[in-house]
Amino acid sequence: MFDFGDKLQILADAAKYDVSCSSSGGKRKNIGGIGDSSSSGICHTYTEDGRCVSLLKILMTNYCIFDCAFCVSRKSNDVQRAAFSVKEVVELTMNFYRRNYIEGLFLSSGIFKSADYTMERLMLVVKKLRTEEKFHGYIHLKAIPGASEALLKEAGLYVDRMSVNLEIPTEEGLKLVAPEKDHQSVREPLQTIKTEIMALKEEKKTIKKVPLFVPAGQSTQMVIGATGESDLDIMGTANEFYKTYNLKRVYYSGYIPINPKDSLLPQVGTAPPLQRENRLYQTDWLLRFYGFSLHEILNTKHQNLELDMDPKLAWAIRNPQFFPIDINTASYQWIIRIPGVGRQSANKIVQARNFGKLREDQVKKMGIAFNRAKYFMSCADSVFGLGFLYPEQVKKALVKQPLIGEASNSSRLISEVDSYQLTLF
Amino acid sequence: MYYIFDGTYAGYICCVFEAFSRKEIDARPTRLDLIQTTLFFESRSIETHPERFQRVFQAMEKKIGHAGMKLFYQNFLADEEKAWLNGFQLLIKLFQSETLDLKNYGDPQILQFHQTIKKVNRERHRMKAFVRFMKDANELYTAIIEPDFNVLPLIIDFFRNRYADQPWLIYDIRRQYGYHYNLKEMQEVFSTAEMLTDESQSLQVSLDLKEEEYQILWKKYFKSTNIEQRKNLKLHIRHVPQRYWKYLTEKT
Repeated sequence: MFDFGDKLQILADAAKYDVSCSSSGGKRKNIGGIGDSSSSGICHTYTEDGRCVSLLKILMTNYCIFDCAFCVSRKSNDVQRAAFSVKEVVELTMNFYRRNYIEGLFLSSGIFKSADYTMERLMLVVKKLRTEEKFHGYIHLKAIPGASEALLKEAGLYVDRMSVNLEIPTEEGLKLVAPEKDHQSVREPLQTIKTEIMALKEEKKTIKKVPLFVPAGQSTQMVIGATGESDLDIMGTANEFYKTYNLKRVYYSGYIPINPKDSLLPQVGTAPPLQRENRLYQTDWLLRFYGFSLHEILNTKHQNLELDMDPKLAWAIRNPQFFPIDINTASYQWIIRIPGVGRQSANKIVQARNFGKLREDQVKKMGIAFNRAKYFMSCADSVFGLGFLYPEQVKKALVKQPLIGEASNSSRLISEVDSYQLTLF
Repeated sequence: MYYIFDGTYAGYICCVFEAFSRKEIDARPTRLDLIQTTLFFESRSIETHPERFQRVFQAMEKKIGHAGMKLFYQNFLADEEKAWLNGFQLLIKLFQSETLDLKNYGDPQILQFHQTIKKVNRERHRMKAFVRFMKDANELYTAIIEPDFNVLPLIIDFFRNRYADQPWLIYDIRRQYGYHYNLKEMQEVFSTAEMLTDESQSLQVSLDLKEEEYQILWKKYFKSTNIEQRKNLKLHIRHVPQRYWKYLTEKT
């Protein structure tokens, strides 16, 4: 028999492969109880892997009737199983929250008995938190594929965010490792929630007070590198889901081999593709916040992202005709396309140039990565013609070539680059 | 010329008043305990007059509005002479000229001003995250902080709104003051200093019976939610700098 602490360890360990820990986008105010949600979100601490800890992220149980090859809690795995009671989750959440350890709860579950049975238990937890404990902190709930619409909609009244994971970016890949699942079963709950959000938005135009319903929106997650998708496949799927279901976030989770007996997937001990994961996030950001369209970054001729440089730099090097960009005259939309210039610095530049033409030494201090940006922009005092050298030369200057014998420090990264190059040639 | 004020924002603002009335715009505002020696420097003690800082406040409001005033307050909370001097000189400029646009990031002084504010706000955000309450036998939730800048005034409203149904105390041990909330109102406190600095023994004794249990659970959770294969201590330390560890339950 194990105690409550062991149980927490088992059910936190099983939940951690869900990478989302965001607590942003909440709008809840504290009305006669405890807690509110800070719209920007708060990371209360960071684990040793450098990931944000914002929510108490646990499974209700890791018993599961499914046998998905990529999942640590698959039926055929010989792992310790445990289950929380509704009361236990509520008490733990409240006591962590009162000590300012967390922003709220991220609750997920293995599927036990049936989708509805599981969803109902999750619903009981969030309902109890909101109505009995008067808890107004952040709640992220997993929607269980196959659960009834009525249950999903009721849960939506209590939570801030709901998510359903795609797991594998393509239908074919998913069929391979999880024959019992398909993308359609993910689309259904996303659609149900989206429709309800839209309906309430519409209602709000005529009725003053409508209930909060999943105010922080929906998200999903894909496992990267378990099956053989290209970056174009992955971002194509992400792009489509962003558009179709108004998702707030798509998460990309580098696959960590956990199940020793599976020949379909990378072997245990294989390093997770962290560099690739990072490039996918950068691409995601370029699509959502920098005005790039997918085909500019990935297309049938260019199906995978460079590992040795970020996607904005790669795009710039492929498109020298747009550079250098004159920061004293170009629009904000173009300034943010300069490699090394982010949105905040672009804003500063656009504000500051109202007071006079900006010189290099001024721009340098505004938080840009000048060593990268200098090849792609011109300032008031830039020497004419020095702006953009031949793309190949810029690339050489900016992309650090891994040297033989230097590998000790960053061996993981370099071996990843190597294996990537091998597939190219 | 050093202007020695009492350390309050009102006192700081009175320095501006004084500088104009005495035509000493090259003055440097500071606090008595920060001055090494006054032997070789001229200095003047600045009194804090409510009417005077009210007058400066009103003039500021006219010129830069509430948003701009907030920036000067945040710059002041950086709690260091360099930031005080920069803010002071900007205020002098503000009143000397027709307009002073704080969005002129090309100006080194204005840029420095914004960079200081950014640092202060980062610390404010950190303190919202890093406060760890301990529940004592009297149901009081207590936390000790040691922020780089004097950000406590910037976070108490956040904690009051969030933890409205529990009494709490947040104490800045570096600056020896804190705020106590008793379910009705908030009060600035100074007197508990000895109690808290006394190697926390007095605290240990009076902890709530369940407190230790939840601390252990939190530590277990913190460990279990880490993914060993992704270990990245450099990133970890960048997000959770070592100087904060002693007040973080999960890192002790």
